[in-house]
Amino acid sequence: MNSRRCDVAVIGSGPGGLAAAIAAKKHGAESVLVVERDREPGGILPQCIHNGFGLEIFKEDLPGPSYAQRFIREAYDLRVEFLLDSMVLEVGADCRLTLTSRKGGIQEVHPGALVLAMGCRERTRAQVRLPGSRPAGVYTAGTAQRWVNIEGFMPGRRFVVLGSGDIGMIMARRLTFEGAKVERVLEIMPYLSGLMRNYVQCLQDYSIPLEMQRTVTRIIGDRRVEAVETASVDEFWQVIPGSCEVIPCDTLLLSVGLIPENELSRQAGVSIDPLTGGPVVDSHFQTSVPGIFSAGNVVHVYDLVDWVTEAGYEAGKIAALYAQGKLTPSKRTVAVRAGENVRYTVPQRVDPLALAEGAIPMQMRARQPIEAPAWVEVAAGGKTLTRRALPYARPGEMVTLNIKPENADALFDADALILNIIPR
Amino acid sequence: MKEMEKNADSREIICVACPKGCRLEVRREGGEILIRQEGCKRGLEYAISEINDPRRMVASTVRLVNGNHPLVPVYTAAPFPKGKIRELLQALREVRLEAPVKMNQVVLENALGTGIDVIASRDMVMYHSIDIDHI
Repeated sequence: MNSRRCDVAVIGSGPGGLAAAIAAKKHGAESVLVVERDREPGGILPQCIHNGFGLEIFKEDLPGPSYAQRFIREAYDLRVEFLLDSMVLEVGADCRLTLTSRKGGIQEVHPGALVLAMGCRERTRAQVRLPGSRPAGVYTAGTAQRWVNIEGFMPGRRFVVLGSGDIGMIMARRLTFEGAKVERVLEIMPYLSGLMRNYVQCLQDYSIPLEMQRTVTRIIGDRRVEAVETASVDEFWQVIPGSCEVIPCDTLLLSVGLIPENELSRQAGVSIDPLTGGPVVDSHFQTSVPGIFSAGNVVHVYDLVDWVTEAGYEAGKIAALYAQGKLTPSKRTVAVRAGENVRYTVPQRVDPLALAEGAIPMQMRARQPIEAPAWVEVAAGGKTLTRRALPYARPGEMVTLNIKPENADALFDADALILNIIPR
Repeated sequence: MKEMEKNADSREIICVACPKGCRLEVRREGGEILIRQEGCKRGLEYAISEINDPRRMVASTVRLVNGNHPLVPVYTAAPFPKGKIRELLQALREVRLEAPVKMNQVVLENALGTGIDVIASRDMVMYHSIDIDHI
């Protein structure tokens, strides 16, 4: 078996992995290797042909392929090495990778530090337990996106989309552009799960009806989907009798959430936070296993690619410092917990010494929407360390609060930090 | 989430100038556009452009011959008049490109006489030149 060494290895070449590889090179790692299972780098971005990427980082409104290409070029110019069409089979606790590819067979890689950047996967029919028969024509929105935008294949003519996630709304518009009819977008929650601008520009612009608090109760069809039965639900997701409607269609697309992809992380013994589905990390995106870092949607699902890139930069920089023996190990970390109306937080622990390098951003998601002025605050021992005013808080939009260097004393004394999102 | 009113004098639009998504009731009075409820400055600008000349960025694909994929993703270099989007998509269906393609290469110049170009979103290499170790 072939065996090789490198300073930093990155699994995945989406926005998180590309940023990590670029940052690792810029911070002194001599050999940086990116392993990607697809035949070209970029992760999911090449199929996200719509605009809206890069508004934060470049102040430009780019489509996904352009956003990816900027980073692919930069990585290539910095002499980052790519192993494409290559699948990582195993990750050891010592960061060792076993991978396979058509060209090179099975190989082992021994990196000085490893960045996990595998991204996330879509929830499928099995994970939302949709009743009914099992015909062809039930796909995730991202699968349909790849077929329509890259492979040039239309999976149907008449669609129903379950879930108001961004990919679902964007695909509803895309399919309309390609001549299909999108009969309905259904959302089980009383609020939109994607961004408002996507509702306006993808559904409202093309008169695609969105129904809230409605779901699919049965898939009908023998070999191919012929219709879906839909119904209203109450606040406990219980079907309201008499509210059924059968919608004829040939395809049902699912946009019902994303799950960080962590099979490899678990193999390596990385602790997983059950709330995020991703690794437990500190503010440098260091996992519970020394030398293994993680970045992007593998940690928690972001709503903007720009924040994935930022996370990748941080993880790649710290991985490079670790590989060069320049990273001071943490003496003590303080746990961060989700408090009132907070579903989860990232990072889940912070090293107070990290404040010496500047503010520590705490990222979180609200549990319930607050459509009124709100506070996001971090508290310790019953006292508020710092807080920030929000015009509103919604589960679909990530909230960030910086712990500032002037909070250092309070942070050193704290046993745990509690994050709250509360009405103002 | 009701359909916006098609009433010419007064209609509701959802502002997307920021993620907040305020509902603005917009009225036209003697050539001036007024927003009923309290809104911000960006909201007023958005409402005016939405009433007078609504535009959107448009992204689609065109056919690619001899490329590493059968399609090239393309987009409008600037926001495009909303009322002409369907016609633009029809025009793009007629376009056929030969690989290789370069990012930002003009795919359709001065589309429908709007002065807006449609450009390629990424590089596309020729099918035979794919080397899976070096892109």
